[in-house]
Amino acid sequence: MSLRKFLDGIEPNFHKGGKWAGWYALFEAVDTIFYRPGSVTKTTSHVRDGVDLKRIMITVWMCTFPAVFYGMYNIGWQANTTMATMGLTEIGNWRDAFIGTFDASNVLNCIWHGALYFLPIYAVTFVVGGFWEVLFAMKRGHEVNEGFFVTSILFALVCPPTLPLWLAALGISFGVVIGKEVFGGTGKNFLNPALSGRAFLFFAYPAFMSGDSVWTAVDGFTGATALSVAAVDGLEAMQTSLSLTWNDAFIGHMQGSMGEVSTLAIFIGGAVLLLTKIASWRIMAGVMLGMVATSTLFNFIGSDTNPMFSVPWYWHLVLGGFAFGMVFMATDPVSASMTSTGKWYFGALIGFMVVVIRVVNPAFPEGMMLAILFANLFAPLIDHFVVQSNVKRRLARG
Amino acid sequence: MEYYLSLFVRSIFIDNMALTFFLGMCTFMAVSKKVDAAIGLGVAVVVVLGLTVPINNLLYTYLLADGALAWAGLPNVDLSFLGLISYIGVIAALVQILEMVLDKYVPALYNALGVFLPLITVNCAIMGASLFMVERDYNFAESTVFGIGAGIGWALAIAVLAAIREKLKYSDVPAGLQGLGITFITVGLMSLGFMSFGGIDL
Repeated sequence: MSLRKFLDGIEPNFHKGGKWAGWYALFEAVDTIFYRPGSVTKTTSHVRDGVDLKRIMITVWMCTFPAVFYGMYNIGWQANTTMATMGLTEIGNWRDAFIGTFDASNVLNCIWHGALYFLPIYAVTFVVGGFWEVLFAMKRGHEVNEGFFVTSILFALVCPPTLPLWLAALGISFGVVIGKEVFGGTGKNFLNPALSGRAFLFFAYPAFMSGDSVWTAVDGFTGATALSVAAVDGLEAMQTSLSLTWNDAFIGHMQGSMGEVSTLAIFIGGAVLLLTKIASWRIMAGVMLGMVATSTLFNFIGSDTNPMFSVPWYWHLVLGGFAFGMVFMATDPVSASMTSTGKWYFGALIGFMVVVIRVVNPAFPEGMMLAILFANLFAPLIDHFVVQSNVKRRLARG
Repeated sequence: MEYYLSLFVRSIFIDNMALTFFLGMCTFMAVSKKVDAAIGLGVAVVVVLGLTVPINNLLYTYLLADGALAWAGLPNVDLSFLGLISYIGVIAALVQILEMVLDKYVPALYNALGVFLPLITVNCAIMGASLFMVERDYNFAESTVFGIGAGIGWALAIAVLAAIREKLKYSDVPAGLQGLGITFITVGLMSLGFMSFGGIDL
């Protein structure tokens, strides 16, 4: 208990009037990493439960781990395979010092190779974003919130593996500061911070965030994502030219942002989120239904010139960031609709928009990020109408 | 028919007056504190745009455009330099007439709209729509569809902004950004969301 004693001993310095009063937020953050806070609900009118914001956020953070590890494996596997075909034996940068061989059939070797791409980006995201978080917490007098664990890992997972580290720093800065902290921190924002950071990078630095050369961590190799190939050549041609079956796509043997590729790994995390009732099943079901209905409608309409019209819903599910967005991004409780009925509409709007952007908008092959941001805008309006209709119904009841 | 439908969708989402062209910002910022007021203003904008754009189109086609006065025996007269002043005159007159008509026949709506109705006269989204109509060479039917669509797009944007601002009442904005500052940031983030339509070619 010497650590507890030490923390208690220095605590008075951080209170008002103490030597380091300005650093209270940092002290509080360190303290709650080691010990759970002592403040508990005392009066009887509350349901007592171990689940608080901290535990919720840490659970979400851990639920991304299947996607993280599969993502690292996939980065390594893609890079190792490509290097073997191109006859390369070294990467040509600092990573060579950490890897000796590049063996695509060795799972651990692939994970290690991928980790050398994922971990630096995640570390930069975490440190830079954490810096802003702590700075605002100290200056504005609120506590550092565990929500940032989630924001940082989600942001890192939706970036391409070749993202330069300064861009990761810039993106998370935008997401944390403009997307969240100017509104007052966790719970006060209206857009998903991780996605607003990514959208900022996407529009400001398109060469690093989209295109054909960013998805595989090998210099000089270009390969389009399955969605952009399908948008140009059609689904059948994509399956042969990338030799990608539905099962491969479901497991995640394809290119893409670091964490989005494996629908299977994402669903494992999603199942935990649903079982613990952290993520709203209404939103997930709404996204799913909206996507299925819209893509079926497009299948039915059909088009001679646009091959995306004929992509069936089960392919929309496994390609691109759909699964990741549905499980981790759309269910963000802050930026989603708050009312139960509103969650259905909110989810359905995302499902509708993602298919519309993928199919109709030639500028963006992938639409999950923009669909969620678009639905985030409408979430307060949806809530407003749901509440109004409830009020009306109750008034009519007398 | 399909052409008009795509023009309609285009003017609502892709060429959204407020979030793509940033027109009508003054009323957009000022009257977006409450959702109900915002929707009322939005409806008024839809009505005014749906009337002024086609009427200005008639004015342009039969009076102002180069050679438009051919029916009066003056084929060489070009009055298009009178465009700006004529359009704003039409808009002001129409808003006044609309106000009187509403006052007489639908007093409930008139009272609900209150001061917003005369405010619309100086809303640049209204003037902008008439100028777009000239620039893009719309005919009468196209102007009607475009006017109504542009109005609905603007109304949608202000309703969304108002709902977000109602939610932001519970936020904790730094002192220096409160009020209009955070609203500008909000509108900027909103247009980031509306970028999802950028590039769609209907």
